[in-house]
Amino acid sequence: MTTTVERFETALEDLEVPVRRTTPAAFDETLGRVANEPVVGTPLPFEGVSLPAWVDDEPTPGALESATTGVTAASLGVADYGSVVLPSTPEGSEPVSLFPERHVAVLRERDLVADMPTAIERLGPELRDGGSAVIATGPSATADMGALVKGAHGPKEVRVVLITDAEDADGGEP
Amino acid sequence: MSTDTRERKAERIRHLLETEGEAVEENTLGFNEGRYESVADLEEYEALKDRAREIKEDAIERLPELIEQLRETVEENGGTLYLADDAADANRYIREVAGENDADRVVKSKSMTSEELEVNEALEADGVDVVETDLGEWVLQVADEAPSHIVAPAIHKSEAEIAELFNEQFDPDEPLETAEELTMFARERLGELIADADVGMTGANFITADSGSIMLVTSEGNARKTAVVPDTHVAVAGVEKVVPSVEDLAPFIELIGRSGTGQDITSYVSLLTPPVDSPVVDFDDPDLEFADRDDDREFHLVLIDNGRMAMREDEHLRETLYCIRCSACANTCANFQSVGGHAFGGETYSGGIATGWEAGVHGQDSAAEFNDLCTGCSRCVEACPVKIDIPWINTVVRDRINREDGGQFDFLVEGLTPDEEPGGVDLQKRLFGNYETLAKLGSATAPVSNWTTKLGPVRTLMEKTVGVDRRRPLPAFERTTLVDWFEDRGPRVSAADADREVVLYPDVYTNYIDVERGKAAVRVLEALSVHVRIPSAPGSGRAPLSQGMIDTADEKASRVYASLAEHIDAGRDVVVIEPSDLAMFRSEYEKFLPESSYERLREGSYEILEYVYGLLENGADADRLRTGDGERAPDIAYHSHCQQRTLELDRYTRAVLEDLEYDVLESDVECCGMAGSFGYKEQYYELSMDVGDRLADQFTTPETSDRLVVASGTSCEDQLEDLLAREAVHPVEVLDPRSRHH
Repeated sequence: MTTTVERFETALEDLEVPVRRTTPAAFDETLGRVANEPVVGTPLPFEGVSLPAWVDDEPTPGALESATTGVTAASLGVADYGSVVLPSTPEGSEPVSLFPERHVAVLRERDLVADMPTAIERLGPELRDGGSAVIATGPSATADMGALVKGAHGPKEVRVVLITDAEDADGGEP
Repeated sequence: MSTDTRERKAERIRHLLETEGEAVEENTLGFNEGRYESVADLEEYEALKDRAREIKEDAIERLPELIEQLRETVEENGGTLYLADDAADANRYIREVAGENDADRVVKSKSMTSEELEVNEALEADGVDVVETDLGEWVLQVADEAPSHIVAPAIHKSEAEIAELFNEQFDPDEPLETAEELTMFARERLGELIADADVGMTGANFITADSGSIMLVTSEGNARKTAVVPDTHVAVAGVEKVVPSVEDLAPFIELIGRSGTGQDITSYVSLLTPPVDSPVVDFDDPDLEFADRDDDREFHLVLIDNGRMAMREDEHLRETLYCIRCSACANTCANFQSVGGHAFGGETYSGGIATGWEAGVHGQDSAAEFNDLCTGCSRCVEACPVKIDIPWINTVVRDRINREDGGQFDFLVEGLTPDEEPGGVDLQKRLFGNYETLAKLGSATAPVSNWTTKLGPVRTLMEKTVGVDRRRPLPAFERTTLVDWFEDRGPRVSAADADREVVLYPDVYTNYIDVERGKAAVRVLEALSVHVRIPSAPGSGRAPLSQGMIDTADEKASRVYASLAEHIDAGRDVVVIEPSDLAMFRSEYEKFLPESSYERLREGSYEILEYVYGLLENGADADRLRTGDGERAPDIAYHSHCQQRTLELDRYTRAVLEDLEYDVLESDVECCGMAGSFGYKEQYYELSMDVGDRLADQFTTPETSDRLVVASGTSCEDQLEDLLAREAVHPVEVLDPRSRHH
C-alpha cells in the first residue's frame, strides 16, 4: 500500500515539480540546493526551522522584482493532487510565492493530508476566521497563446521541500 | 424562418467553419478528451456529481437567506456587499467605486459575469483604463473581439494569428513568433499595467456565506495579482454563486477543472476572505517592507441579480442556476466543436447551457439566435458536473420561442399537421415535428412519393418553402410497413413455445423507411426463442420534441403508453430498435407521464441489443445467430448513437458483437452530426457535414475503410451513407440468421 507521502511525491512528479525530503537540521542545506539567488522569503511558522541568513526575509516590492526565488510556508499538502496550501500573511506570502520565477514551498510532512475534502475541512475554520489561502498545484500556466506555456503571470517553476517529522526519518539526506 | 434568413445563417456558419473552425475543433477536442481521462481517475466521480448537485439545489432553494447571511459576514470582515438588480445598477455602483478611488486604471481577471454587465465599456466611458489580465481575454481586448468559449475565451485564435496581431499592434523589436514568446511579452506588459492599477476586479467561481470567502479557479496567476496588488478589490458575481459553507467547496474543486479543460485541478484555487491580510504591493514605494505596511484595504462584493431571481422562480430555467460555468457542455458538443461560441452563443454566454443563461439574463431573443444548434444529442448531460438536463432547457426555450408569434394563422400547414401547437411555429420545424404524418403519407403513396422527392424541381421547392437542403438525399418510404408485413407473416415462435414475449415497438423510421432492420430484429428475437408481437403504435414524440413542440410530444407519450400498457401488464418486454425513441421512454417521458406509468415503461423497455445481450446471458443459444467466426463474416466499424451512449447502452452492442467473435472497431466521436432532422435543414447542412467529417475520418483509415459500417441510430446510418458512400446497417442486420452481410 502506498503511503500518503508516496502519493504526494507521485502527484508532484506528474506535475514535474521536484520534491526533496529533509530534516529540520538539514533544512538550510536542502533549501540551498533548490533556491536560486537572490532569494526572498517569508517567516516559516515551524518550530525548529527558520529561513537561513542568505534569504531576504523582510520582503519589499523591490525585493520581489529582483528575486529569482521566493520561499514560503505551506500549511497543508494534498497528496491526491500534489497541491500545497499557501496561507496569506501580512508579511507577504502571497506575493512572495507569486512574483519570482521560482517558488519553493516548505511543507511539514505532518501537514500532509490524503485528499481534498480533508484539506478543505482544515481550511474551513481558518477562512471563517478571516484567513485566505491559495491551493497551488504546479507552476503558473497558460494555453491561451496557442500552446502550453509555464510561467504566465506566476512562477515558471515550483519546488517542494518536505520536512520530515523526526530527525532520523528516511530521506533525511539533504 | 424565411429562405433568406436560412441562407444568411448558413453563410455565417460557413464563414466561421472556415475562419475559426480549425482552432476551435483542436482545442475543444483536447479539452473533451482530457475530461474523459481526468474523470476516469476519480473514484468517486458519480458520488461527487451527486453531492455537487445537492449543494447547488440547496443553495438556490435557500438563496435569499444565504445572501443575507453573506451580507453579514462580508460586513463583519470589513467589506461591503452590493446587491445589484441589473447590469445598469451594477455598473453604476462599480463606476462610483472607481470614481471614489480616483481610479485611472482597473485591472481585471477573467469574469463572464463582467462580460454580461459590459462593465468595461461603462468604466471606459468615464475615462478609466480597463485592462484584461487573463492572457486570452487580453488577446481579445487587443483584437476587439468577443470570447468564443466561456473558459478559454480565445480558443478560436491560433498561435500564428495571435503573433500577427501582437506584431502589428505593438511592433516589438524582435517579431514575436512562439507561444512562449507571446506569453512572456504579455506577462511583462501586463505586469507593468497591474503594478500601476488602482482597482482590481475579479469574478468569483463560488462565494461562501459562512465566511464571506470567494473562490477563484485560475491557472495563470493573474487573478491572484489582480486581487492583492491594488488596495481596492471589486468582485462581481451572479447571486447563484453563493454556497452555504467553505466545506461545500470540496466537490467543486475536484470537479471543475476536470469537467472543463480536463485538468485534475488548475494551478491555482484561491480562497480569499477579503479584505485580505496580504500587503498591498506598491512598486512606487519599493523599499517599504510588507510587514511594516498598514494597509486599509477596500473590498466590494457586487452580487448581480439581472434576471436570476426570476430564473429561480421559473421551474424550467431554475436548473441553469446550478451551472458552475465549467464549459463541459460546450466541449462535449459536436456542433460546438465545429463552430465554437461565436455561432453557438448569445450576447454573453456560449455552449449548451447558454440557452438557459441567455434566456434568463438577456431575454429569449438572444437565446433564439443559436438555440437550434442544440440537437438534443444529450452528450452534455453526463458531462455536466451538476447534472443539469441541458437538452431539456434548450427544448423548453425552443418551445417558448415557437409560441412567441402565437396566434398567427399558418394557412399552409395548419390543416396538414395534426399537432398541438399554435399557428406561429416555424414551417420547417412543423414539417420535421410532424414527420410521422409525412412518413405515413409517403409510405401510402410509395413508390410515387419517392420518385417525386428525387425530382430536381421538387427539391428546389422543398428547399425554398421548408428549407430541406437539396444536397441531402431523402430517405425512401416503403409501401409495406413493418406492422403490415408482420400482420401478414405472423409470429414464427408461438407464445406457448417461447421463453419470453416481446412487443417490438415500431418506431416511425423502422416502420415506414428502414423496414429491413425491423424484419431482422424480428428474426433475431425469434431465433432466440422469443414470441414477438408488433402492435400498431404512434411515434414516440421524439420528432416534435426536437423541434420544441412539447405539447405534441406530450400527447404522443400518452398515446404510446396507452398502446403499450396492456402488454406491459401482461408481462411482455418492450423492445425498441431506435435509440432516440428508447431515450424518450427512459428519460423525457418522466416529464410527460404519471410517475408510476413512466417507471413501468422505463423498467419494461429495452434497446434491442441490450435485450439480445440479456437473452444470451440467460442461456439463449448464440449459434442460432450469424456470428463473426464464419468465413464470410464481416469485420465491423461501429458507431453507437449519441443518446444510446448517454443511457450507457452502447456497451451491450459491443459486448454482443465481441462475444459472437466479430472484429469490431468503434468510433469515439460524440455525435454523427445528423441528429434527426438537423442535417436536413438548409441552414445547418454544412455544419452537419463538418461534424460528420470527424466520424468519416475514423471510418476511412486503413484499418476501417473496408469494414462493414454498422450504426444503431437511423440518422447515423443516413449520415454515414452520405459521408462514406458505403452502406450502413443496424447491428441486428448483421446478427440476422438471414443476414446478407455474411
